[in-house]
Amino acid sequence: MIVADRKPIEEIIEEVKGYKHILVLGCNECVTVCEAGGKKEVGVLASALRMHAMNEGREVQIDEHTLERQCDHEYLEEIRDRIDQYDAVVSLACGVGVQFMAEKYHSTPIYPGVNTTFLGATEERGLWTERCQACGSCILARTGGICPIARCAKRLLNGPCGGSSSGRCEINKDVDCAWHLIIERLKALGKLEDYEELSPLKDWSKDRAGGPRKVVREDVQL
Amino acid sequence: MRLKYPTDIRIVRVPCTGKVDVLHMLRAFEKGADGVYVVGCLEGDCHYNSGNLRARKRVEQVQKILDTIGIGGERAQMYNLSSGEGPLFAKYATEMHERILEMGPNPIKARRQQAA
Repeated sequence: MIVADRKPIEEIIEEVKGYKHILVLGCNECVTVCEAGGKKEVGVLASALRMHAMNEGREVQIDEHTLERQCDHEYLEEIRDRIDQYDAVVSLACGVGVQFMAEKYHSTPIYPGVNTTFLGATEERGLWTERCQACGSCILARTGGICPIARCAKRLLNGPCGGSSSGRCEINKDVDCAWHLIIERLKALGKLEDYEELSPLKDWSKDRAGGPRKVVREDVQL
Repeated sequence: MRLKYPTDIRIVRVPCTGKVDVLHMLRAFEKGADGVYVVGCLEGDCHYNSGNLRARKRVEQVQKILDTIGIGGERAQMYNLSSGEGPLFAKYATEMHERILEMGPNPIKARRQQAA
């Protein structure tokens, strides 16, 4: 899922201080799971913003709403009839949701309420870690299901660098060396011979290097 | 025991302090409560293992939010006691009462009254 982290309330207060009617809009998908932008976080942020405004003696109306998703037209349409009531929207969706909102409701300022961080997994409650960089051409089949693009600091494709020490990365002793993990996993799978195969140069044009990407599926288009 | 404690405290019973959410406490402040304190079982004695530890973390979150928005984080507190410690319950109530008297009323309440 897309993992996001909460923005400091001070930052959001500063962004929206000039507005009188504000909608705090959550998203029921990834940001709900990573406890950054779901219904509960919408309630907490809206409550804090209301109290801050009241404490400063400003009359501000702050409403709360949470959409099923903010990255799909049909869900964003749900607020079309009320969007004009608001001077600004604080979207607690990931960067995709914020931008999709901004595109759809061109004349309403949209502010991000979270910092979109990475594609990752919930290791345990309150701990999310990166697993994928969406590079556009997956090599997990060859690397024992462990991604050296997302998990190796140097994105190496053919084994660890000299900085790998006792299974840890030189950038930080708390970070696993991805290639150490890959070799251990290949051993466990009995596929260590895969490690001997040299990986060709990766086509980075499918990563961000090729500019913003799109997926076109004519077979499912209407 | 017939212990005395300040009369301006309203008790909200919950099955476990682990049930108390950040939102519950914020809503209380938004409605004008001068202070909110959560009284849980002793740490390590939670019937549900970690309810009171979760409550403490949530109180800490509320404290941070209240400090950020200028209401005063000290208005939210977490206390722990066992069910047999009536005198301690009364002591904590008095302590919280005095803390609030020192801090003064919740500024939100005054703003609400001005607006009404």
